[in-house]
Amino acid sequence: MAAGLRLEKTHKHPTLQLAGETLVLDLCGGLWLPEHRTLIVSDLHLEKGSSYAVRSGQFLPPYDTRETLACLHEAVVRHDPARVVALGDSFHDARGPERMEPGDRALVAALQEGRDWVWIAGNHDAAVSEGVGGRYADALTLGGLLLRHEPSAGGAPGEVAGHLHPCGKVAMRGRAVRRRCFVTDGSRLVMPAFGAYAGGLNVRDKAIEGLFPKGFTAHLMGDGRVFAIGRAQLARD
Amino acid sequence: MAPTGAGKTLAGFLPSLVALSERGPQPLKPKGLHTLYVSPLKALAVDIARNLDAPIAEMALPVRVETRTGDTPAHKRTRQISRPPDILLTTPEQLALLIAHREAADFFSGLRCVILDELHALVTSKRGDLLSLALARLHRLSPGLAAVGLSATVREPDELRKYLVPQGPLPPPPAGGGGKNTPPMADLVTVSGGAKADLRMLDLGRALPISGHTAWHSMPAIYELIKEHRTTLVFVNTRLQAEYTFQELWRLNEDALPIAIHHGSLDAQQRRRVEAAMAAGQLRAIVCTATLDLGIDWGDVDLVVNVGAPKGASRIMQRIGRANHRMDEPSKAYLVPGNRFEMLECQAALDAVEEAAQDTPDARQGALDVLAQHVLGMACADAFDPLDLYDEIVSAVPYAGLTWESFEQVVDYVATGGYALRAYERFAKILRGPDGLWRVRDARTAQAYRMNVGTIVEAARVRVRLGRTLRGKPGTVLPKTGRVLGEIEDEFAETLTVGDTFLFAGETLRFEGLAEDECLVTRAPPGTDPAIPSYAGAKFPLSTFLAARVRALIADPFAWDRLPEQIGQYLLQQRRRSVLPGERDLLVETFPRAKRHYLTAFPFEGRLAHQTLGMLLTRRLERAGLRPLGFAANDYGIAIWSTRDVSERAAIDPDFIGDLFAVDMLGDDLEAWLDESAMMKRTFRQCAVIAGLIERHHPGQKKSGRQVTISTDLIYDVLRKHQPDHLLLRAARQDAATGLLDVRRLGMMLERIQGRITYRSLDRVSPLSVSVMLEIGRERVYGEGADEILAEAEAELLQEALS
Repeated sequence: MAAGLRLEKTHKHPTLQLAGETLVLDLCGGLWLPEHRTLIVSDLHLEKGSSYAVRSGQFLPPYDTRETLACLHEAVVRHDPARVVALGDSFHDARGPERMEPGDRALVAALQEGRDWVWIAGNHDAAVSEGVGGRYADALTLGGLLLRHEPSAGGAPGEVAGHLHPCGKVAMRGRAVRRRCFVTDGSRLVMPAFGAYAGGLNVRDKAIEGLFPKGFTAHLMGDGRVFAIGRAQLARD
Repeated sequence: MAPTGAGKTLAGFLPSLVALSERGPQPLKPKGLHTLYVSPLKALAVDIARNLDAPIAEMALPVRVETRTGDTPAHKRTRQISRPPDILLTTPEQLALLIAHREAADFFSGLRCVILDELHALVTSKRGDLLSLALARLHRLSPGLAAVGLSATVREPDELRKYLVPQGPLPPPPAGGGGKNTPPMADLVTVSGGAKADLRMLDLGRALPISGHTAWHSMPAIYELIKEHRTTLVFVNTRLQAEYTFQELWRLNEDALPIAIHHGSLDAQQRRRVEAAMAAGQLRAIVCTATLDLGIDWGDVDLVVNVGAPKGASRIMQRIGRANHRMDEPSKAYLVPGNRFEMLECQAALDAVEEAAQDTPDARQGALDVLAQHVLGMACADAFDPLDLYDEIVSAVPYAGLTWESFEQVVDYVATGGYALRAYERFAKILRGPDGLWRVRDARTAQAYRMNVGTIVEAARVRVRLGRTLRGKPGTVLPKTGRVLGEIEDEFAETLTVGDTFLFAGETLRFEGLAEDECLVTRAPPGTDPAIPSYAGAKFPLSTFLAARVRALIADPFAWDRLPEQIGQYLLQQRRRSVLPGERDLLVETFPRAKRHYLTAFPFEGRLAHQTLGMLLTRRLERAGLRPLGFAANDYGIAIWSTRDVSERAAIDPDFIGDLFAVDMLGDDLEAWLDESAMMKRTFRQCAVIAGLIERHHPGQKKSGRQVTISTDLIYDVLRKHQPDHLLLRAARQDAATGLLDVRRLGMMLERIQGRITYRSLDRVSPLSVSVMLEIGRERVYGEGADEILAEAEAELLQEALS
């Protein structure tokens, strides 16, 4: 119940080691690499809302881009990164950048100001993201880490990827909580989706479980902090 | 208006049959529909058609009667438009589709009469809103149309009378009509009389438990009653109770009497079989939920048993009326209380039935999401002039108070989503031409409207399939081999983990997992107790009216003579140990127990309002530093427990308890809670679906399977933050006032008890408080404390790591 959650600060954004690098799992869903002063966010899916109007005539609230950028802005202000990496599927579709409101476009430009900004290519936005500043790359190596959109089948140590939108579900005593999460086995890591309208895939799905044959820990984003949940406590959908 | 069973339905058709037969054979007369009949149930329309056919055939009347439901084949629908029958029987949703048809003006131009059956049941929901808008359109298409409403007895007949006729300045004042202040109303014909119901409370002469709803102690007596009667309807309040009662009766069923079960989640084919067997007189009893509340004629029912709390006087009268569907014989019924409080409620209901006092709900304010759906439909029918359409809409009584500004917002919403950020202008669904008229964009939009019409938003469900366990390999379940038992809500399936046992379709089942779109189960070994209490609470809250009567009963010791002795004893004990609240008062008690501090309160306003109250009080106590840990609620009261002692604070500050229940609770705290309330999100989802923000079905898309669609929870969060005054959020808040959150009722209670709180600080739990304490751990509360659940799961991981 709504008991006062007296949280210890150290747990709000827990830290872990991956391929000799220090990773901070930020409660906002981003990954902070203090030694590289780099912030990584994955699957922003900007302009997902407006894509529905184009495809099926459904008018979802067109504020998802603004909301996603506001969360990103908050994290950028907090960490003041030298580099921001958007780990692919930054736009929901290739025409996304064209549909962006001028105000949102300006917000992106302001975030990029004075920073190295890298758009990693995703499967939704492989052909873009022209005209929105920053540089483009298929993948990026950062110390011992390899940043790419889709996790590789073989599983490279130090790989940080997105694409799968992992979510963990905990069911207990007739109640269930489902949240976005980071998934890692200590060797590689899959990031949660950052976009306001991005859906989620249960970590117990084959597509995610298959990446971690030796088991994994999911770090679920709670209301007040990030929680480390073992595979045994994670329910299927 | 007539009591149930008075034969009002056929009476409603009489004038039409007379008019149609006097018309004589006029094959060359222009085609046209004469009478339209609308029923809330498809089955009822079909049933009535059958009942009409007989007299028409006997008298050889030149009258053609047809039904039009979701099951009517396409070719027949087309033919019905080109060559309409004289009398058409249909449902509110089908009527909405008809008036949105391009031929609607022609089709309805000759309509003389519209009959709305079970009107009392329709007007309390969004379907009633939709129907009122369709009726307004019919009045416009066919001036001089006679609208007939058929209703059970209700508390405010005038509300129904206004519903039937156009309101506002539109119609000319009736000749010789009264003063200006009387709104236009239909004439009222009241059928009185009918034999008085033979209604009593089942008294076992033994003490009932203080809490719990199962009425397990009464099952042998109910079984005996079934044996003594021809056919018995056993009504219960929840699906769980239906499952439980059915199982218990069969456990006792040594004579192998044909006893069946009927509720909305069972497989449709199975339900049809039960209904057919019932109609054929093959069953001795049916255990059923509200799905059988409405008026299909069940033939030879000679006893109604209502298990559990009656919840409302009008509801119980409807149910009693299911027995002996004849005016001259008394309906016989028993009320079976499940606990001591339900005894009080049963007594209050008996008193109310004796006085024929009704507690049907207040008239509705028309929902904005329904209006949005209607506006798009009207654009599909024909180009509309906004001023004309506005006049027509406000002539429907639920929308009589609609402002022009709100109407414009609805039109804007339909056109481009109604967002401050004008992102969708170029995709607009309806467009305003240079002539000032609004037209639908294209055929695809019209088709999408037709595929999504209606106001009934079913919770997403999954099929429950019985799997087979491999004997050689325990734990391996073969999917896809067994039969489908029915469907359960996604939300319930979500909370199950493998190995959980629950009651469904009359059996104890073991959850084996979700496979694709199905919930896979096996039969639990004999003797297994179901572990997951699904739907433990009743869906219907206690009516305000019955609640007031229960409070009055408690407050008046002279009335206790009418109660079974044990309940009088119980109340005496409460008076000795604490106090009995006055009729309009709120009793608040605090006491310590097992190292925790409890606060209980007894507003008697129903579980939904109490859950909302519990959420809000928890926030207040949290802010006051009292560290609340949780709460439980039932129909009568709430219990909150905390680490710190509320009574200590109350001793220092005499105003503390009064401030805790101050009316301003419904301000910021409520807003903050609505932000994250799962029930609010569910309410929003329904509005979003009805208003067409989310389409249930897209043209050219397969119907089956889970739709790959965006989560409305995500949409809700974003919209609340960026445009909190958006039309759909307003619609959701309007629903929350009376629906799942019952905020309006909570507000009325808080007003009532200001300055009337009776507070007692006790050393130990009082008899009254025991009742709500027993709910602890039994009910689940949605949407709160996600972090606590996560923290618990995390602790398990840590333990593994350390061991």
